[in-house]
Amino acid sequence: MAAGWGLRRGLARLLLLRDPRGARGLGTARTFSQQQEFTSLEEKPQFPGASADFVEKLDFIQPNVISGIPIYRVMDRQGQIINPDEDPQLSQEQVLKFYKTMTLLNTMDRILYESQRQGRISFYMTNYGEEGTHVGSAAALDDTDLVFGQYREAGVLMYRGYPLDLFMAQCYGNVSDPGKGRQMPVHYGCRDRHFVTISSPLATQIPQAVGAAYAIKRDNASRAVICYFGEGAASEGDAHAGFNFAATLDCPILFFCRNNGYAISTPTSEQYRGDGIAARGPGYGITSIRVDGNDVFAMYNATREARRRAIAENQPFLIEAMTYRIGHHSTSDDSSAYRSVDEVNYWDKQDHPISRLRHYMLGRGWWDEEQEKSWRKKSRQRVMEAFEQAERKLKPSPQHLFSDVYHDMPLHLQQQQTSLARHLQLYGEHYPLEHFEK
Amino acid sequence: MAATAGFGLRRAAALACGQRVGARGRLLPLVAGPRRLAAHFTFQPDPEPSAHGQTQKMNLFQSVTSALDNALSRDPTAVIFGEDVAFGGVFRCTVGLRDKYGKDRVFNTPLCEQGIVGFGIGVAVAGATAIAEIQFADYIFPAFDQIVNEAAKYRYRSGDLFNCGSLTIRAPWGCVGHGALYHSQSPEAFFAHCPGIKRCRAKRRRLDCSYGSSHRPGPAFLPPAPPILLVEQVPVEPYYIPLSQAEIVQEGSDVTLVAWGTQVHVIREVATMAQEKLGVSCEVIDLRTILPWDTETVCKSVVKTGRLLISHEAPLTGGFASEISSTVQEQCFLNLEAPISRVCGYDTPFPHIYEPFYIPDKWKCYDVLRKMINY
Repeated sequence: MAAGWGLRRGLARLLLLRDPRGARGLGTARTFSQQQEFTSLEEKPQFPGASADFVEKLDFIQPNVISGIPIYRVMDRQGQIINPDEDPQLSQEQVLKFYKTMTLLNTMDRILYESQRQGRISFYMTNYGEEGTHVGSAAALDDTDLVFGQYREAGVLMYRGYPLDLFMAQCYGNVSDPGKGRQMPVHYGCRDRHFVTISSPLATQIPQAVGAAYAIKRDNASRAVICYFGEGAASEGDAHAGFNFAATLDCPILFFCRNNGYAISTPTSEQYRGDGIAARGPGYGITSIRVDGNDVFAMYNATREARRRAIAENQPFLIEAMTYRIGHHSTSDDSSAYRSVDEVNYWDKQDHPISRLRHYMLGRGWWDEEQEKSWRKKSRQRVMEAFEQAERKLKPSPQHLFSDVYHDMPLHLQQQQTSLARHLQLYGEHYPLEHFEK
Repeated sequence: MAATAGFGLRRAAALACGQRVGARGRLLPLVAGPRRLAAHFTFQPDPEPSAHGQTQKMNLFQSVTSALDNALSRDPTAVIFGEDVAFGGVFRCTVGLRDKYGKDRVFNTPLCEQGIVGFGIGVAVAGATAIAEIQFADYIFPAFDQIVNEAAKYRYRSGDLFNCGSLTIRAPWGCVGHGALYHSQSPEAFFAHCPGIKRCRAKRRRLDCSYGSSHRPGPAFLPPAPPILLVEQVPVEPYYIPLSQAEIVQEGSDVTLVAWGTQVHVIREVATMAQEKLGVSCEVIDLRTILPWDTETVCKSVVKTGRLLISHEAPLTGGFASEISSTVQEQCFLNLEAPISRVCGYDTPFPHIYEPFYIPDKWKCYDVLRKMINY
């Protein structure tokens, strides 16, 4: 690649000199890359690749990882607002919605996790400890803002009112699943709620979200795109692609990194050596912030301001939410194999987004033990009802194995569909047909 | 994953004139000494189309520009992006489009193929038309994950809640005379194994005209080999050639020849040679779409002729000829009078100085054809 590259850049440079509009991208607003004047005799650097002064002393830039980018928070672990200027002053109704969404998600997680343990669904991933990142950010968005996620963001959908029935339908792959039972559990998607269907390959959604933000910008809609991913996914090449494209193409997007300390068994010390993910943002020219992910108000404030500016300025923003993955990575993982129970207990008992918000509400007199008890009972009941209904439903017809591969079904797929139908006429008794719609 | 600039354009043009090319694409004076052959095929223009109104003489690149021009003028959401497309592209396919439609619609991206395809998928998911360019088909592999795991499966996995059907990926493809390992590849068979995308090899301007008209995320490969000097009449206004339909370029009765891209011109010549030297009547078919491919047209032809030769530049093992061959064998078993022949590139990387020996040229095709006729 090296030889050709030089030649290619050389040609681009020639054309650039001849026609200043010729080889520039969209991002003319921001700078150092504009046409250089070659008239000056001063000892000023003229390199097109960076805007900087000369220095006469050899000095490598040191990364600052000991004292990293500070973590923004609004309330302490007892639910006390630390700086009144930063209090978002949300209404009781809104705060109650935060709390109920987080706890309902938590209840659903417990029931579905158990159901996997009993072999009733094939797979599950809980959201323990990260409920605050979902709800705080979702509340700061407009309901029509397009969401791209990884897989541990069910709280965003829940905040947007996605019915329990549909969460369950997806996990069971039953006839009510809009995804037609094709993907593994927790791969949710909802067109009406602007939540793009989850896929397993990590980080692929990052450059996609940037493309969507570009299209939305051209559409002049006052919308933003938010893209969630874990700190492990941020190591993928697609993360690099997405950050860089978003900056050079001036896209109204919020990159939201859930840094929960682990990618399955891999601790962050084996994931990166810089100051987390937030420190990478400025390297791409992206305005960045690090936030306490267990503080739902801090999440809300950071997301709200980032959204406002992303739309107003057509610029990307990076939010790194520091959290802790309290649950196992998934139902196929036993996290005690690589981390201590004490460590998990600390986050579960001492610093949890749900208990922190409960302290806040108790302090305001907006919630009490009685309400807590009755809500727990009610939410559990709602989840169990949806769960039982989902379990009773049939799976979709096996013919749906063939549709939606393309918009129209090509001839060879029609033939394969017919072939399966004929096969089942002869050998149907060897297949679980009774569980599927006719 | 960058590529050489001006590379294809200048060199190909010069080589087609039989002129020598120096470093940085400068043309050197013609001097005595060994000269590279201009091309391994003879271009035969299609008859002038009459059904689509006014036509104009265009080479392949100009016809691509014309198709893109039509797409942008008819669809206000359509955008074109990739490496170096803003100034006109290293193959000149996007010349003038940015001036005409604005820099928010025709723009350069950072040099990152996985980003280009991922970005394009996102544009399409948001409902706009995305026309992405990968500078050479050889550099599409960094985007393989986005194409195979994402683009191809978007509609299926979401139950049709979301799709990226308005995405087209365009990439120059095939051998150019001196492109060696990374400016010559024909990667279509890698994609043929992936349900959910449609792959076509553009025949002049026509398949490009389908941009945005159908639901098809997937690469369209353009042969860079027939360059500047090979021109034919192309309609100025938009018109469409359906995908998944092969074209019978020349009717015949003794043997069926199937190819796509530049190789179609090779088998056309082979058909002429077979007629002249052997008195054999060849039916020449341009497959045009790799997947979903036109099984019916090919099988119908083989039922008639009883013999089939498939030829492609890509390596033999796992090449798309294997798929065609086994399908035809299944469907036309009673009609086949000889084993199906595959004349392909060898199972090696694509070499620089050995290119004349590597490619499945007309003599290799002719010889295999001759043996097959005598079977």
